[in-house]
Amino acid sequence: MQDLAWAISLWLMALLAITFIYVVMKSGDKADASAVQSGAGKIRATLFWLILIAGVPVTMVTLTDLPYAAQSDATAQIVTAEGSQFNWDISPTTIVAGKPVEFHVTAADATHGFAIFDDTMTLLTQTQAMPEYTNILKYTFSKAGTYKVLCLEYCGSGHHVMSAEITVVAAGGM
Amino acid sequence: MEQIISKGAKQSVLAYLGTACVVLLLLMIFGLTMRAAQAGGLAIPAEIFYQLMTAHGIGMVGIAGMCGAAIMWYFLGQYVKLSTPIFLLNIGLFLIGVVLILGAIFIGGFASAWTFLYPLPAMSGGAWTSGSAVIYLSGVLLIGVGFLLFHLDTGWAILKQYGSLGKALGWPQLFGNSTADAPPPTVVASTMVLIVNVLGLVSGASILVISIVNILVPEFGIDPLLGKNMIFFFGHVFINATIYMSVIAVYEILPRYTGRPWKSSKPFLLAWTCSTLFVVIVYPHHLLMDINMPTWMAVMGQVISYLSGIPVLVVTAFGALAYVHRSGLSWGMPASLLFLAVFGWAAGVIPAIVDGTISVNLVLHNTQWVPGHFHTYLLLGVVPMAMGFMYYISNNEGSGLDRAGLWAFIVGGYGFIFTFLWAGKEGVPRRFAEHLPEWMAVDAMGAAFAALTILGVVIFAISFLSRIGKIAKA
Repeated sequence: MQDLAWAISLWLMALLAITFIYVVMKSGDKADASAVQSGAGKIRATLFWLILIAGVPVTMVTLTDLPYAAQSDATAQIVTAEGSQFNWDISPTTIVAGKPVEFHVTAADATHGFAIFDDTMTLLTQTQAMPEYTNILKYTFSKAGTYKVLCLEYCGSGHHVMSAEITVVAAGGM
Repeated sequence: MEQIISKGAKQSVLAYLGTACVVLLLLMIFGLTMRAAQAGGLAIPAEIFYQLMTAHGIGMVGIAGMCGAAIMWYFLGQYVKLSTPIFLLNIGLFLIGVVLILGAIFIGGFASAWTFLYPLPAMSGGAWTSGSAVIYLSGVLLIGVGFLLFHLDTGWAILKQYGSLGKALGWPQLFGNSTADAPPPTVVASTMVLIVNVLGLVSGASILVISIVNILVPEFGIDPLLGKNMIFFFGHVFINATIYMSVIAVYEILPRYTGRPWKSSKPFLLAWTCSTLFVVIVYPHHLLMDINMPTWMAVMGQVISYLSGIPVLVVTAFGALAYVHRSGLSWGMPASLLFLAVFGWAAGVIPAIVDGTISVNLVLHNTQWVPGHFHTYLLLGVVPMAMGFMYYISNNEGSGLDRAGLWAFIVGGYGFIFTFLWAGKEGVPRRFAEHLPEWMAVDAMGAAFAALTILGVVIFAISFLSRIGKIAKA
């Protein structure tokens, strides 16, 4: 997902840059303003409809799989996680791969961010850890290994040292 | 429109811009220090890092506001009668607020990030005292009060001249049959900013007061999610308003070079009316990882994030392109910086929209992708808008050195933001005082590009500050 986000951003920014550079290169020519504006109006209308036509399906597709759990899954492994300055209290810390996990995430003091990274430090998923609230984050680990939990919401002077580990074992390994 | 501005009013604008120049450079050095520390090239204690981070964040938001206010006030004053004493009161309160904030941070050790996310100010973990937290929040509150007075004055003046906010937004021309000329772009933009920023400032002031009371009387508290909503509503609206104020420089100055007046066409009026609504209701895109928020608000955050891009890209960016295309424009510093600024704003919208997608936000939220996109439209949008205005107001088309500074700014600025975006893609968290060794190479590149950007801004600042006395007397 991160690579896709990067590629889309880069290509669109490059396209925009090429357009701006083209206009700068042509800016020294002098043409009748009304003729330029008239042509520009047509391009603008086309651009507007193109954005709208592309935007509607993109919006619909990206809204089909939201990370908001409507209700608890009875078959899921339940893991509770409580953030506090500057520790994670996670239980249990060993879970099984291939089976859904529900992280019940909260905080004891300030707001923290509960984020799970794999062994290459790729960010897999996250939610906020808030006092007085329990956020349910669903995730299914596809492979066994050691995963790192970092705090992604600034919470004070020890924010960057607030980390923990989760061990994911293959099914039948517990 | 002809320049009609009194000497006192001009001097007031110069006070804003001179203050902004100096503080901007200082805060950029704070930023460079943080990037150098993350790269492992500079050893500073974590407490100091987070103090610098807090000062950098709140300071830049304030400076963006001051630049935007100066631009808006300068041009709006050519259409409606504004109060110079209130304009000066705003900068007075701002400076007092700055002193309180700097004292709270660097003497009191306060470091809750500029967002002062409730209830963090009251929970320092031993890093700062309650007193310093109260002083910091009071400083921000004072600055907010100054801006509220500033907007109430612009609102009063607009209402006296145009009769209603709807008329000032050009609604009779947009929705009715009025054939009269619509209000000029500056009035339309100022009215939009007035509406959204008053709402944002009231929300911000409320949560600031609540936070202060919470520190003094810990038994008094509010729902943390409600507090978070209030803070992000305020923060989102205020920082966006700085762009919407600053873009007035583009509408007013660029036509003086192209010879093509920027008109309040129907698409323009529709875009600004839509933006008024979008800026107010889009803020839940900051709370997409708060699973307890109502799902409809998260969906609205994503959908409105997408829609918000249309007025920026299709109206302002496209408008700038159409006004410049084959205009015979010669590229002095004001025109160059303003055109660059429009690009920076439009380009920054792209990674922002990408991050506004819920499924993407799940893996980019609070990574360095976030400073990557907001530095694009603030550092490469608002800053060149302000600098373009400074060159314009000092009648300075620029020397060879200024143009060298411009290239340093462009290369440094874009290199800088791409190191952030890249690091965000790689999962590097934002707001970490210490980084893992594998992240440090990109940090070092970011620091080098930041230094180059600062070099560019130093040249801009010297160019402006060396002329400020002469402009003030003119």
